[in-house]
Amino acid sequence: MRLALPLAAEVAVAQAAGRLSRLAGAGGGTTVPGKLLWKLDPGAIDRLAARLPLGSAVVSATNGKTTTAAMAASILGGRFNLAHNRAGANLMSGVASTLIHARGAELGLFEVDEAALPEVVARLRPRAVCLGNLFRDQLDRYGELEHVAERWRSAVRELPPTTALAVNGDDPQVGELAHERQGAIVFGLDDPHVARSSLQHAADSKYCIRCGTPYEYAAAYVGHLGDYRCPACGHSRPPLDVVARDLELNGLESVGFTLVTPAESRRVELRVPGLYNVYNALAASSLALTLGATFEEIVSGLGSFSAAFGRFERIAVGDRSVLMLLIKNPAGANEAVRTIVDGGSPAIAVVALNDAIADGRDVSWIWDVDFEPLLVGLDRLVATGDRAAELALRFKYGGLDPDAIDVVPSLERALDRGLELVPPGGELVVLPTYTAMLALRKIVADRGFARPYWERAA
Amino acid sequence: MKIVVGHLYPDYLNIYADRGNIAVLTRRAAWRGHEVEVRSVSVGEPLHAGEHDLLYVGGGQDREQALVAQDLAAKAEGVLEAAADGAALLAVCGGYQLLGRSYRDFHGDELPGIGLFPFDTVAGATRMIGDVLLECELEPGDRRTLAGFENHAGRTRLDPDAQPLGRVVAGFGNDGESGWEGCRVGRAVGTYLHGPLLPRNPWFADWLLAQALAHRLGEAPQLDPLADDLELQAHAVSARRAETRGGRR
Repeated sequence: MRLALPLAAEVAVAQAAGRLSRLAGAGGGTTVPGKLLWKLDPGAIDRLAARLPLGSAVVSATNGKTTTAAMAASILGGRFNLAHNRAGANLMSGVASTLIHARGAELGLFEVDEAALPEVVARLRPRAVCLGNLFRDQLDRYGELEHVAERWRSAVRELPPTTALAVNGDDPQVGELAHERQGAIVFGLDDPHVARSSLQHAADSKYCIRCGTPYEYAAAYVGHLGDYRCPACGHSRPPLDVVARDLELNGLESVGFTLVTPAESRRVELRVPGLYNVYNALAASSLALTLGATFEEIVSGLGSFSAAFGRFERIAVGDRSVLMLLIKNPAGANEAVRTIVDGGSPAIAVVALNDAIADGRDVSWIWDVDFEPLLVGLDRLVATGDRAAELALRFKYGGLDPDAIDVVPSLERALDRGLELVPPGGELVVLPTYTAMLALRKIVADRGFARPYWERAA
Repeated sequence: MKIVVGHLYPDYLNIYADRGNIAVLTRRAAWRGHEVEVRSVSVGEPLHAGEHDLLYVGGGQDREQALVAQDLAAKAEGVLEAAADGAALLAVCGGYQLLGRSYRDFHGDELPGIGLFPFDTVAGATRMIGDVLLECELEPGDRRTLAGFENHAGRTRLDPDAQPLGRVVAGFGNDGESGWEGCRVGRAVGTYLHGPLLPRNPWFADWLLAQALAHRLGEAPQLDPLADDLELQAHAVSARRAETRGGRR
């Protein structure tokens, strides 16, 4: 039997649960209210979403969805009052929690987990959907890449006819979705100077999605993202509508590029580094275009964007600073490593590997990451987290002298060990998996150096 | 001494840390003064029996597995001859399935196997995912444990007289029912354990190296012990994971 509560009462109950969760010290209460509401009455989520006067926009990808949504918020936040799940609670429950607290919001902006996408778009009936990339990630949780891609295809087919779609044309599986919808915006990179000389080990969609022949790449940028063409059947990257050209990578500090849309073109300076952030900026720009943002708003929103939660954060800790880059799958971790090395090889690094559900219980992915460029110039590695020893093995068999590895499973002690090895005024590079990142942020916050994530502004 | 490893389809079957397993074989051989040379043998390339001391076949997703199945059928004779000639072999997950007699996928399509191992595999509706712990006795009287991770929809049913790799202590194993995992025929071993198998099970890496050397020398040599504290620590954590949260039968 289901209690017939009016929507307002359901929302009040759910909000109270969130406050209780926070009071009980269980975290930010970013998912509890939504979970409860979903249990009480899943249809209430649809009705809450329908109350947003300007509807919702949804972002999904294996890598970059939090940053893309944060960049879109930076572009759109001046014009609209947003309901945005900025702390990264991206399952149905997290989206519902954001909706519960969205009083006065005009537009919903949600990053959504790849596997949760079909249900979220079915309930939200968004006016715009932006799809970034598909990489192997937590195969123990998501299953095979092909299955996620298949679920995305049917989710896109079932979108309301008025929903706008923006897709990354550089990803063969994702770019193909442009054919599912008239007027889809296709974005991608066009600068062979920053291409890799060969496909990375972490490239996944290497074989033609139509005939199975290996693609030929005129340029490969991140994993299998690039300018591909099948030599057998001719399947190739679709024509690009929103393009980044003339990239300038400035180590750990920034990246510049020329943003080209069908109407205009302008130089953009991002205050976050790396090729992958150019992809995020292209995704956010394409999404913003479908929502009516002006070119001016896009350029200035991207220019004022600093960082998304835990993805690339500099936190001052006493007289040293911590540079934290989230790692969660081979393609994303490769880019984190590439970005760090471009900024100058660190002598000390803390790498944290946990194996909770949110990290992936299967830790085999660390063997598919190209950590080797990090070994050049590395004097000491502090391996930490629940699977610290496993991580130490990855580096040992990658060629690092075992005597240069400290295995310190406790995150707090590992952080202190790392800080102690870095000279005053220096910066400690920390690469944590998701739950390790949350725990490390909490340790730093408890010492008064960073705000807890549920209080953080965009 | 030089050990030649034939890595089958490294560009197709590489989903779960397969290059980690290769790195472990290479380094552990080098630390004993042996040189491992890894030769890629991919689609359309011939496999000559006698050329390799050890063959390695990794895991892939359904799509990649289907792409190589046909090619592997053309290499069947080469693989069977190599095994009969005493080459060592390790096949993991998808590669393991393809070396059986047949694999029927989720859609009911049947992929031919090459029949090195005496079993058939049928994909089930649910995947068997989780940490695994096995007890093995590859040499009489020498009981050892293997800790790993499994993620497969295939149910592999061994023939009654087939020799499994080990007994399942925790986890699902071949089919989630029989209590057996993997299969062994002479110096050839197949298993569902990926995650990455050899780094945290150094005794098994050394067993494989010794078998590969036996292909050269006629008998398996005794390898010098190495400092394996990190490996044993990782093994202990992984084994504990299997005991507390491995798949339930």
